[in-house]
Amino acid sequence: MTNVPIEGILLPDEKHNHESPSNWKEYFSFSTDHKVIGIQYLVTSFFFFLVGGIFAMVMRGELMTPESDLVDRTVYNGMFTMHGTVMLFLWTFPSLVGFANYLVPLMIGARDMAFPRLNAVAFWMVPVVGIIMMGSFFVPGGPAQAGWWSYPPVSLQNPTGNLINGQVLWLLAVAISGVSSIMGAVNFVTTIVKMRAPGMGFFKMPLFVWAVFSAQIIQLFGLPALTAGAVMLLLDLTAGTAFFDPAKGGNPVMFEHYFWFYSHPAVYVIILPIFGIFSEIFPVYSRKPLFGYKVVAVSSILIAVVSGIVWVHHMYVSGTPGWMRLIFMLTTMFVSVPTGIKVFAWVATIWGGKLRLNTPMLFALGALIMFVFAGITGIMLSSVPVDVHVNNTYFVVGHFHYVLYGTVTMGLYAAIYHWFPKMTGRMYSESWGKIHFWLAFIGTNLNFLPMHPLGLQGMLRRVASYAPEYQYWNIIASLGGFLLGMSTLPFIFNMVISWMQGEKAPANPWRAIGLEWLVSSPPPVENFEEIPIIVSEPYGYGKSEPLTANLPE
Amino acid sequence: MDSYIDSHELHHTAAEHTHDEEGNKMFGFIVFLLSESVIFLSFFAGYAIYKTTTPNWLPAGVSGLEVKEPTINTIILVASSFVIYLAERALQRHDLVKFRLFLLTTMAMGTYFLVGQAIEWNGLDFGFTTGVFGGTFYLLTGFHGLHVFTGILLQSIILVRSFIPGNYDTGHFGVNATSLFWHFVDVIWIILFILIYVWQ
Repeated sequence: MTNVPIEGILLPDEKHNHESPSNWKEYFSFSTDHKVIGIQYLVTSFFFFLVGGIFAMVMRGELMTPESDLVDRTVYNGMFTMHGTVMLFLWTFPSLVGFANYLVPLMIGARDMAFPRLNAVAFWMVPVVGIIMMGSFFVPGGPAQAGWWSYPPVSLQNPTGNLINGQVLWLLAVAISGVSSIMGAVNFVTTIVKMRAPGMGFFKMPLFVWAVFSAQIIQLFGLPALTAGAVMLLLDLTAGTAFFDPAKGGNPVMFEHYFWFYSHPAVYVIILPIFGIFSEIFPVYSRKPLFGYKVVAVSSILIAVVSGIVWVHHMYVSGTPGWMRLIFMLTTMFVSVPTGIKVFAWVATIWGGKLRLNTPMLFALGALIMFVFAGITGIMLSSVPVDVHVNNTYFVVGHFHYVLYGTVTMGLYAAIYHWFPKMTGRMYSESWGKIHFWLAFIGTNLNFLPMHPLGLQGMLRRVASYAPEYQYWNIIASLGGFLLGMSTLPFIFNMVISWMQGEKAPANPWRAIGLEWLVSSPPPVENFEEIPIIVSEPYGYGKSEPLTANLPE
Repeated sequence: MDSYIDSHELHHTAAEHTHDEEGNKMFGFIVFLLSESVIFLSFFAGYAIYKTTTPNWLPAGVSGLEVKEPTINTIILVASSFVIYLAERALQRHDLVKFRLFLLTTMAMGTYFLVGQAIEWNGLDFGFTTGVFGGTFYLLTGFHGLHVFTGILLQSIILVRSFIPGNYDTGHFGVNATSLFWHFVDVIWIILFILIYVWQ
């Protein structure tokens, strides 16, 4: 292990980024650089976010009136199915993988991921998944219409009798997306375990890395179950097997087990990296060390472990016996313990800090507030009596949109603004960022808060028409939805203009601690001229000791 | 070499700091196998639940499974795990001739297993669509068979590679991974055999 500077190779003024991608075309070509791949993931997933958002706009338009009058019912069914699937499999998962790709090697002081080519292959499967999934709109019989969970026997209905129908394409896309995610998980786990810079013990890793590590462990051990279920459903649809078809003696509830054994933990695959992003952002903009670093780190692993034993809470009304419901109610409620630890740690970090309310901090604070709300309705839903009452209603829809939009998407925005200068070498416009934040924050609450009273009153999810007494809240929700849709415009404008002609960003515009801020913006191809040696704990804001040693000036 | 980053040299330094690439590959492969075992575990759990909860587990006219031939198959497959271990040992001693010999033996045993399974399938009185029983049986044995086939494919690749001079002088990731995969496929078969053939 040598750490001598490589003399004579670098001239001081030439050490910055002339090997990093210099024009946009490089981001559209096959690259094995984790930073290019990270941005490829982010741009691709944002494209699908817009697609999923258009579906949402159509649905909110349909729900402005009690009658089903805007779109055909087949189209409506396809829209809610695709909205859910696209937002999960093509927006939240890949965008977080994008951040993980970009940041993890930088944060742990590695030059790249452990398997760069595997990384590129995993990324290029994402557009393939998108094309196959969207292709389902163009085959006989129309798109997949059984909702994102695709429960049989509804998903087994094949109106055209064709081998290629919307549901088959949907299942293929999900299976391919699973393969891509497992490739990614192998890569992340190997990178984090084997490629940390000298001196970086597990308890010196940034919390975002902890979060990615925990999330990828869930991918490794949960995803195969979903893949198994998807393959069996695909065989039922195409080969005539009887796994889930009650008409042939199969058991449809088995699919629910396969599905939720992964798809509940999948929520933590999405939310853990957001927690990691919170943990990176709050200390920087509060100028304080993160409160309770070790406990927050361990709580990620705890969430990952507990996530594997809560899935039946999605099946309280699927004929699950009472004793089993009790067990799963208790384990589900237990998730709030490690989660609560994190929330209190963030609040304690912000408390008494010297706050800078820049756009990333605003988004992170907004997301935290909405997460607390989502957490409270989540605990309500974990309780069997409440769940039995509001099951399959808009209350559930409201709850998970507070998680998936209020927390995850807002958290992603926080991350995009925070690391934008690092990724592009340009500063974004703070005033456009703030306009975006307020539109999004108001829009989110206006859109998803009314869903709670709607659900309590009994409005079912996934319907195109409803009883007239539900219209009042639906109009408010739709107006909120349109506002939310509009909030994307200043964001896109800001990103495109700033990337093209924003002010040049310094290496560390936020005066943050963390290895990624020690390299130029954007970072050079191999990240570090010299692998740093880690000598102190992360998040030492207000402390004097250096984070690393042996870095070039 | 004077005004740009010499990537070869940097990679070299990086490799020293971030452990060896071979080690990373092996670690990644083990992680992959762990994940793979969850797919099998999902199928196994599904099989056990289906078997215990499905009324008329064996559909009418289905006589169940013969155990004798699969037992012989099992013994051959388990024995082949020892043979590939011997191949690995031979390579460590740089005894390429023995390495190839043991590897070929392993491949022959694997092929025997696959052919045996094909003959068995051919003689069964139920199909893929014969109730949940038929579906789970063919899914499990078929998915495992696919792994055996993949294993033989990997073995033929490392066999061919052994004829390229200098290929196996240092670092045997390909060989070690293939061998590990083969042991994995074996262990999975033992569980599968007990689950499907012994527990009838």
